[in-house]
Amino acid sequence: MHPIVRLVLQRVGLGLVLLLAVSVLIFLGTEALPGDVAQAILGQSATPESLANLREQLGLNVPATTRYFNWLWGILHGDLGTSLTNGSDIAADIGKRLGNTLFLAFWAAIIAVPLAITLGLVAVRYRNRWPDRLISGVTLATISLPEFVVGYILMYLLTVKVQLFSPIATISDSMGLGEKLYTIALPVMVLVLVVLAHMMRMTRAAILNVMQSAYIETAELKGLRPFKIISRHAFPNAIAPVVNVVMLNLAYLVVGVVVVEVVFVYPGMGQYLVDHVSKRDVPVVQACGLIFAAVYIGLNILADVISILANPRLRHPK
Amino acid sequence: MSRIPLSALIGLFFTGTFFFVAIFAQWLAPYGLNEIAGDVWEEPSKTFLLGTDTVGRDLLSRMIYGAQVTIFIATMATALSFITGSILGFSAAVIGGWYDQILSRLVDLFMSIPSLILALVILSVMQVSIPVLIVVMGLLDSTRVYRLARAVAVDIAVMDYVEAAKLRGEGTGWIIFREILPNALSPLVAELGLRFIFAVLFVSTLSFLGLGVQPPLADWGGIVKENKDGLVYGISAALLPAFAIAALAISVNLVADWVLNRTTSLKGGRGA
Amino acid sequence: MTVNGPVLHMINIKIGATAYPPGERPRDVTLVDGVSLTLARGKVLGLIGESGAGKSTIGLASMAYGRGGVRLTGGEVIVNGRDILKGGTAGLRALRGREVTYVSQSAAASFNPAKRLMEQVIESCLTHGVMDRAAAEKRAVTLFRKLGLPNPETFGDRYPHQVSGGQLQRAMTAMALCPKPDLVVFDEPTTALDVTTQIDVLMAIKEAIRDTGVAALYITHDLAVVAQVSDEIMVLRNGKTVEWGTTDQIINAPREPYTQALVSVRSHEHPEKPPAAEPVLTVEAVTARYRSVPIDVLKNVSVEIAPGRTLAVVGESGSGKSTLARAITGLLPPSRGRIRFAGRPLSADLAGRTKDDLRELQMIYQMADVAMNPRQTVGTIIGRPLEFYFELRGAERDKRVQELLDQIEMGKGFADRYPAELSGGQKQRVCIARSLAAKPRLIICDEVTSALDPLVAEGILKLLLDLQAQENVAYLFITHDLATVRAIADSIAVMYKGEVVRYGLKSDVLAPPFDNYTDLLLSSVPEMRLGWLEEVIAHRKMESAGN
Repeated sequence: MHPIVRLVLQRVGLGLVLLLAVSVLIFLGTEALPGDVAQAILGQSATPESLANLREQLGLNVPATTRYFNWLWGILHGDLGTSLTNGSDIAADIGKRLGNTLFLAFWAAIIAVPLAITLGLVAVRYRNRWPDRLISGVTLATISLPEFVVGYILMYLLTVKVQLFSPIATISDSMGLGEKLYTIALPVMVLVLVVLAHMMRMTRAAILNVMQSAYIETAELKGLRPFKIISRHAFPNAIAPVVNVVMLNLAYLVVGVVVVEVVFVYPGMGQYLVDHVSKRDVPVVQACGLIFAAVYIGLNILADVISILANPRLRHPK
Repeated sequence: MSRIPLSALIGLFFTGTFFFVAIFAQWLAPYGLNEIAGDVWEEPSKTFLLGTDTVGRDLLSRMIYGAQVTIFIATMATALSFITGSILGFSAAVIGGWYDQILSRLVDLFMSIPSLILALVILSVMQVSIPVLIVVMGLLDSTRVYRLARAVAVDIAVMDYVEAAKLRGEGTGWIIFREILPNALSPLVAELGLRFIFAVLFVSTLSFLGLGVQPPLADWGGIVKENKDGLVYGISAALLPAFAIAALAISVNLVADWVLNRTTSLKGGRGA
Repeated sequence: MTVNGPVLHMINIKIGATAYPPGERPRDVTLVDGVSLTLARGKVLGLIGESGAGKSTIGLASMAYGRGGVRLTGGEVIVNGRDILKGGTAGLRALRGREVTYVSQSAAASFNPAKRLMEQVIESCLTHGVMDRAAAEKRAVTLFRKLGLPNPETFGDRYPHQVSGGQLQRAMTAMALCPKPDLVVFDEPTTALDVTTQIDVLMAIKEAIRDTGVAALYITHDLAVVAQVSDEIMVLRNGKTVEWGTTDQIINAPREPYTQALVSVRSHEHPEKPPAAEPVLTVEAVTARYRSVPIDVLKNVSVEIAPGRTLAVVGESGSGKSTLARAITGLLPPSRGRIRFAGRPLSADLAGRTKDDLRELQMIYQMADVAMNPRQTVGTIIGRPLEFYFELRGAERDKRVQELLDQIEMGKGFADRYPAELSGGQKQRVCIARSLAAKPRLIICDEVTSALDPLVAEGILKLLLDLQAQENVAYLFITHDLATVRAIADSIAVMYKGEVVRYGLKSDVLAPPFDNYTDLLLSSVPEMRLGWLEEVIAHRKMESAGN
């Protein structure tokens, strides 16, 4: 078997094992921590009967390992459990909301990625001159703000001071694509700003690294034009690290999305999770946690696989 | 004596101010934390320098106490994450073998979920209090410090001077504290600053989501949450703590940058 | 384009750079101060000097190129009759890769890992329109063949990581010769290669230069190598010209003291002393392997060292000589065999050794920069063994540290300095003092002079010999350089692929008849006399014709 195929399969396999381990971690984190889960959910004033009822309902009287495997078995069959607060099927609820979240993340990514790569290239081209310093300064400021702060600043500027957008981004099926896009404009802007900062810095570093390689000097000494040097020599070697950076930063989106949805009241997975954390709806929290983790791990695996595929030493072994 | 660049001076000034306010909050705040002293959302005036909040409490006092809570939690969490992460990271690099493998795999596992998600999952089943927040944040963040400390220590451990010490017969303690640690300081100190900033942002985000600091205490993130409804009506009360968070984060960043540049240039700084 | 007159004419060039010492104001430094040279068509000029002499800088200046902010601050550079500094960037781009080409020290890093070799070799031909693709590829294959590369027709299809270092160096030479340049700048092209590989590449380069009639600047710090390929030699030091003349004159009748020192550096011989007493170290049939790799890296190695004598272990990369050091110091316990030290068995593992074992066996490393903790002062570095082994503290320890500093010929005031403030030779001396502090019976010297300039290395060797006479300490001297071996050894072990292929007193080992490998090794070391390379080429052609 070609070493590349073997490496990719290994990496994917490792990712699945990791996902399994994460499911254990999430399960332990919610059901095996010190302290009584039922007590924490119902609070100090709960009566012994209600505590006992809740424990029965949560299945806490069954040993932890059995509970875990029941849960896991359910997941593998598409059954994510039922919500404690309103008894609805979690999988059905999540399905809807996951679509919304992916919609939001997709548009943020589509804008952020090309913008980040372009800014990274600009920063390298004018290294240590004012465009580079300006970009560095702005991104430093953006990284220093929590996502919700960026959200409220933008909200203040663009919905109150200048009434351009709506502060509530609740979309529904009845909207057309254009209307949907208009509604999510603010949350998308916030997400783009947050992800852009990290992505641009890392893209700059990756491209800079390639530009300082010895073979770029060789190309210069052969008298090639700067554009040819970049396109023929730098670019093929920069693809892998830049794609790696992009993938890793898309993982940032997973976190940013949670806060942004709360700020703009957007009906996605993030808001769903946060609502149910305060309501201590354990099954929902477990399911959401697992899905977020799966997306995050999936993106990281994709980043690794692309790195492997782009490495000439692996594509053409000795 | 090298000159201190302007950016670092600004950073030092603001960081110092924030910490000063945090330590002496009780003496500096004109009103009590939960004292309802005026009308809802009053404009800034002589009685209330920053105006009042959503129920009529003095915003300035709440900001001051908020500084205390935010900075206290962030400092404690950073200290915890740093001490745990460094000790485990260094020992993993020096001891190696199974110890290293198991620890590193565990850390990989924890790092495969975003911290916020994992924190939300854990906090959903616990009574949220300040000690709980500090422990959860500290332990989650120690994974990142572990990775850095271990990488730095491994880089140093393969140097010939560490091997020379081993061949001399020096014990593990000497090797860690006299050979490795002095050379690992500068990247670690810079990371300290970054971890602190992250802790500030993290606890603010948790409080904003309602899962951080609970009333009657308040931190900056919580104050934003309380006053956010005012934004739609043009009341900028929620922006004050937001800017405070940003100011603290940026000033610590400036100081950390300066420390990193300075210590790598000292005679004997790590690296050429 | 053929022009009468010299290919390259540098008039009083000055090259400088800006240094940014941290915490201080940036200041200008001069790297080359008023050097002039003329290179006629088809001739080879060797630029020789120690590190920091400015030779690479001058070589790159022939294309008006400077690395990392280095720039021409004065003088003129005239190539083919044109002042290249007046042609603007377009003029320089036309010049580079067409009239002047470059072969770097590390071909492995200089090739783009993502492209096939042929693509890169013919690139400058196509860019400058010298010939079309078909002709360029044909020329490339011809050059591959001339340079002795395997399978010349298909060699270009491979990627850089699929061929060896020596082959890449030759491929880079092909790349430089492909566009039919007037001048090729060879920047230390064989320095990073093993001795036996170096000679093949050297032969290839010399023949290629002769066949294509191109002019060349050959930059190196190895006088013996430059004597083989150049018509003229220029000796540089600290950015200034020391001496410039024909190769014959420089080698056989050097005028300047500095040149004379460089020429004589390889001619020292150390009269050997036969063993006088019970060996201080005995390695018996030691076999070892690394845990992760199922091949023996040491195979049945047996050597002995007498007290106060030097055993030189010679070999190229991969021979196992450094591994032998690791086995002796206990970092790589052998799977078979034993080691005896000072009359008692030595535990295979480091953990099982007594403090005396550890004290009496010391090691000095190749790179002194990383062998010392950059955050400790010289006094601490030398003083620690005194504290650790002899419990000396305070004033007593400081006194002994100063004695050791005197012994290594570094005076007062060094005890408070940090390693970063010392020169390469001084750093190595401190490492020597550190090992002496333990009063050892045996010191393992692992390529301790390989990273130093020739004159500095000579000083270190002399110091080591003096110390051996004073302290009666034995040395296990690992090296790949035969001149060093002649200068320091009493007995020699030649290693190849983990085995000792030849072992005995120096006079015996270096006298014929030889085994195949030692023969190859000894004949590959450049000698500092004219015509040596031609002899080797003729000899080898004869051998392969006879087979």
